[in-house]
Amino acid sequence: MQNKSYDIPENNLLSTHPLVVLENVSIGYGNAKIVARKLFATIECGRVVCLLGSNGTGKSTLIRTLCGFQHALEGQIVLNDKPLSAYSPQKLSKELSVVLTDKVDIANATVEEFVAYGRSPYTNFLGQLTDDDKTIIETAMVNCRIIHKRNEYIANLSDGEKQKAVIAKSIAQNTPLIILDEPTAFLDLPARVEIMQLLRMLAVKANKAILMSTHDMDLALQMADKLWILHKNGPITEGCPEDLLLSGSFNTLFGESNITFDIKTGLFKVFHEYKYVLPVKGHGFHYTLLRRAFARNGINLVQAGEEKALLLEINPQNPDVYSFYADNILLQSTNSIEKLLGIVIQKLSTTHSTAKHQENSSYDHLF
Amino acid sequence: MIKTPFAYKMSISVGMLTATFILFCLNLAMGSVYIPVKETFAIFINGHSDNVIWENILLRTRLPQAVTSAMAGMGLGIAGLMMQTLFRNPLAGPSVLGISSGASLGVAVLVMATGGIFHISLSNMGIWGELSIISASMLGALLVLMVILGISQKIGGTLSVLIMGVMFGYLANSLVGILKFFSREADVHNYVIWGLGSFSRLSMQKSFFFAGAVFVTSFLAFLLSKQLNLISIGDRYAMNLGVKVKHARFLIILVSGMLTAIVTAFCGPIVFIGLAVPHIVKYLIRTSDHLYLISYTAITGMAVALLCNLIARLPGLDSNLPINSVTAFIGAPVVISVILHRRKHKSDAE
Repeated sequence: MQNKSYDIPENNLLSTHPLVVLENVSIGYGNAKIVARKLFATIECGRVVCLLGSNGTGKSTLIRTLCGFQHALEGQIVLNDKPLSAYSPQKLSKELSVVLTDKVDIANATVEEFVAYGRSPYTNFLGQLTDDDKTIIETAMVNCRIIHKRNEYIANLSDGEKQKAVIAKSIAQNTPLIILDEPTAFLDLPARVEIMQLLRMLAVKANKAILMSTHDMDLALQMADKLWILHKNGPITEGCPEDLLLSGSFNTLFGESNITFDIKTGLFKVFHEYKYVLPVKGHGFHYTLLRRAFARNGINLVQAGEEKALLLEINPQNPDVYSFYADNILLQSTNSIEKLLGIVIQKLSTTHSTAKHQENSSYDHLF
Repeated sequence: MIKTPFAYKMSISVGMLTATFILFCLNLAMGSVYIPVKETFAIFINGHSDNVIWENILLRTRLPQAVTSAMAGMGLGIAGLMMQTLFRNPLAGPSVLGISSGASLGVAVLVMATGGIFHISLSNMGIWGELSIISASMLGALLVLMVILGISQKIGGTLSVLIMGVMFGYLANSLVGILKFFSREADVHNYVIWGLGSFSRLSMQKSFFFAGAVFVTSFLAFLLSKQLNLISIGDRYAMNLGVKVKHARFLIILVSGMLTAIVTAFCGPIVFIGLAVPHIVKYLIRTSDHLYLISYTAITGMAVALLCNLIARLPGLDSNLPINSVTAFIGAPVVISVILHRRKHKSDAE
């Protein structure tokens, strides 16, 4: 009846028939509070979809609506060619499983007991497990790399292990769709990467459709097959991360906050207000680091032109990489950016104190 | 942490069953009148004895009392367990929904109304007095239960139901207080006696009827174990696993409320057993599976209630101690030690 193992050949990689379709969906609470409207999007089998959006755009509301915990106010959500609202709780429990942000604090449950509860849509009214069920539970724990903790109590697990146990539970539920609400929040980087790799493995090997909301932009860009970017009040921009990068969709993600998207690095950058401009000679990794440190302190580094009153020079061959000149006189030569920064700021504030003051008076409150 | 193997669970259940059996026998064998153990067995095997007094004491007093206490312990333990799971609160117990307060109000109205208006003392009415007290208590308990169920269907949150229940308890108690204030001293005395709780009020037939009612309702609780398991993970996880949470919550409150109502009607309000027994069980067998938890709570509840009843009639005492003093005396230290132990285990693990 159920597939006992996920060692299925990598099938359906190019499947395009969507498992989930959002058709002009509006979400919110009652008619008075519509959070987002006119949402169109799809999820295909075997794909990891990451839902991105800044706080307050309605990510959680959308997740809850897709889980069937609350109704869509308008439009229709289609799951497996049937409207979501047409599923009974029992039927739905075999179609989609969830990993929620709710704290799982079940007293005295071992990992195995907990994962076994994922089988309850298939067990009898007393919840007794068959041999098939036990195999599926075991496989789920193996796949989530939590099998070594099977007899450990949930309460004694770390956050990352707890999350793996919850994911194992939803795998044991054996549904084509898994929805996860911020599964990597509160986890450290290795644990986040591990969870993401696990989800990718599930999507590819077990042909699951996976939707997860996240704030983890870097990981989403690297791991997702598709992104849903939820804008305030709707709509959703969907597409593969690279296409969205090219089309500049990320610049609107955080609205009018001080964050810009650096198309060259594919990373988000905090926008700094600059008070000073300083010419610099040199490039490479040392330059990138220097630029970042100086930007943080309100100093914009530009490639040196004619102006030579103040100059920074980067020479990786020298024992002291950074040299700071004023009117062609070497003021400081050092390997430490921190030290350099101190001297530069001191120099800048004395030479520019009168000239720059009026120009940049509007920034004064920043310092 | 070492896993709880099947063998360990089995040994606990064998131990518990043996303890319950021994306590039951001790309840029969011990009391203010000394009856030789050999004679006790003879009476139960033959059904009669040469000594009619002993026979009467055993069959009419000690046997119904032992049956009543065992079944009351079972019912209250299971009701407490269900409440603790539903409300995710280790302090929840059968009395938390105000059901026993409702029963008290029913009895207070009856005792004081009959006394104050009709000038009849129920204690002089024999079997009818007893039956009317049981009905009044049942009626009061069910009335509160209905209101709580209605609220639980109307509002979503479990916590609000809990708060409503506690508030209903206070309301009922304050009404009882007002009633007491306007009542004759003799009636207040009658009410206070009922309020002390007792396992010794029921005759043989009634104790068996009581046992049957508790057993059937407990069996219904057993059938709810899957829902209880899933609800203990969290309402939304339960929903995602196919549970109709509102429906399940209704049934859980109904069954645990019925258990509380039945026990309170027949024995008066019994404190602490419903709160303490689930803690003992969760300490003995560390599992989240209510199929086990309910079974073990049933047996442990019997054992604890029988033990309390035995202590209340310790040899050397002419009359029984109030059962509620004993249950609290046994229950409070147990809960305290269980919680201290659990803390220690937790910090060991961390």
